[in-house]
Amino acid sequence: MTLAKRVIPCLDVRGDKVVKSVRFVDTKEVGDAIVLAERYDAAGADELLFLDINASHERRQTMVGFAARVADRIFIPFTVGGGIDSADLAAELLRVGADKVAVNSAAVRDPSLIGEIAGRFGSQATVLSIDARRSGAAWEVVIDGGRVGTGSDVVAWARDAVGRGAGEILLNSIDRDGTKLGFDLELTQAVADAVDVPVIASGGASAAEDFVALFRGTGADAGLAASVFHYEELTIAQVKDALAEAGIPVRPVAA
Amino acid sequence: MIGIVDYGVGNLASVRKAFAAVGAQAELVSDPAALARARAVVLPGVGHFGHCAREFHRSGFAPALRDARERGVPLLGICVGMQLFFARSEEAADEPGLGLLPGTVARMRGVPRLPQIGWNQVRLHGTHPWLGGVAGGDHVYFVHSYAAEPATDVVLGTTDYGGERVAIVGDEGLLGVQFHPEKSGTPGLRLLDAFARAAA
Repeated sequence: MTLAKRVIPCLDVRGDKVVKSVRFVDTKEVGDAIVLAERYDAAGADELLFLDINASHERRQTMVGFAARVADRIFIPFTVGGGIDSADLAAELLRVGADKVAVNSAAVRDPSLIGEIAGRFGSQATVLSIDARRSGAAWEVVIDGGRVGTGSDVVAWARDAVGRGAGEILLNSIDRDGTKLGFDLELTQAVADAVDVPVIASGGASAAEDFVALFRGTGADAGLAASVFHYEELTIAQVKDALAEAGIPVRPVAA
Repeated sequence: MIGIVDYGVGNLASVRKAFAAVGAQAELVSDPAALARARAVVLPGVGHFGHCAREFHRSGFAPALRDARERGVPLLGICVGMQLFFARSEEAADEPGLGLLPGTVARMRGVPRLPQIGWNQVRLHGTHPWLGGVAGGDHVYFVHSYAAEPATDVVLGTTDYGGERVAIVGDEGLLGVQFHPEKSGTPGLRLLDAFARAAA
């Protein structure tokens, strides 16, 4: 009887549609986001992550309206991220029913954003999303959808952000994203060792065994995947069955 | 009407929407006087105890909540809302809670990571009419760094996170849950449904 490891589908959303990026370049539509979200809820997802990749000026309204519709239908936790650049936008998203907001590039440009959101809504609602790219023996923080390097060290940034109030780290390996080579265990462990808040690993998962390896080999609390779930190459139940068999605590999929 | 105390804190929309999902009508109440019309009251809360307690007292809800308690109006506290049932929290020693239940709230020590975020199982130690839909061993969704330490025997459920932590407290006409029933899938919705029926 202990805290379950979480399995989280990520939905890249544009408008109301889910799109999937492969190494952040090419995007393909895979379906209606809310329908997909409901399906994941029923299939035993522990939580959902929606990343808005819409670059338009109407994004703000679109995001808030979308989050409100998700909250009408989904009664498990969900996080919204993608271009959140102010505590006021975070406030609107949380007010309509999102449980957490994930900040990324804007927090790199202005780290005080983390403290501002955490100060108003608590660390539990403040997720720092980091896109990490291997650079020599360490990892570099990259921003703007993986296009722009910052020269900053991922582990140092994670530690700094937690000090500022981030309550969870969403760690995405750019090197593994879309590759199906499994999670980057070395990266995940480096960050999980450096901070005492939960770490969500992302990038590279394609099989149930990747999740087993993640939780056996690192201190991550959650594993995230997108395309393998969207295209039904892998189900939440398959992942959880494999985890349970390996003796890793999971919340069982309802019968 | 189920009144959700709106004191400017917490994920109120989610609570209202979860009641709607079980066919119950719940309204956000931002005027303490309007709470007198509620047949049941939900006290939500999320984030920092000090911030919640300060906003709660500033909004003038404390007398209305005590009055509701005295009149036997069903009362449900969620997360920091549940913690506000106690007299004080270590998180903010200067900001008092309601003191409806004896005891305090303290930071969880000896834990792997803080906050505890995620699904954990409940172990039931007692029964309560509104808990019927929650079975021992059910997974529910927790987000917290502090936990109640009641001074008397009001603990109805615990969860294991680096030790046994209080998850559910209750008394006649009152229930407090550390987890978020509005985000706990089926068992959470069952609890809200049972609470709504008590108010009908």
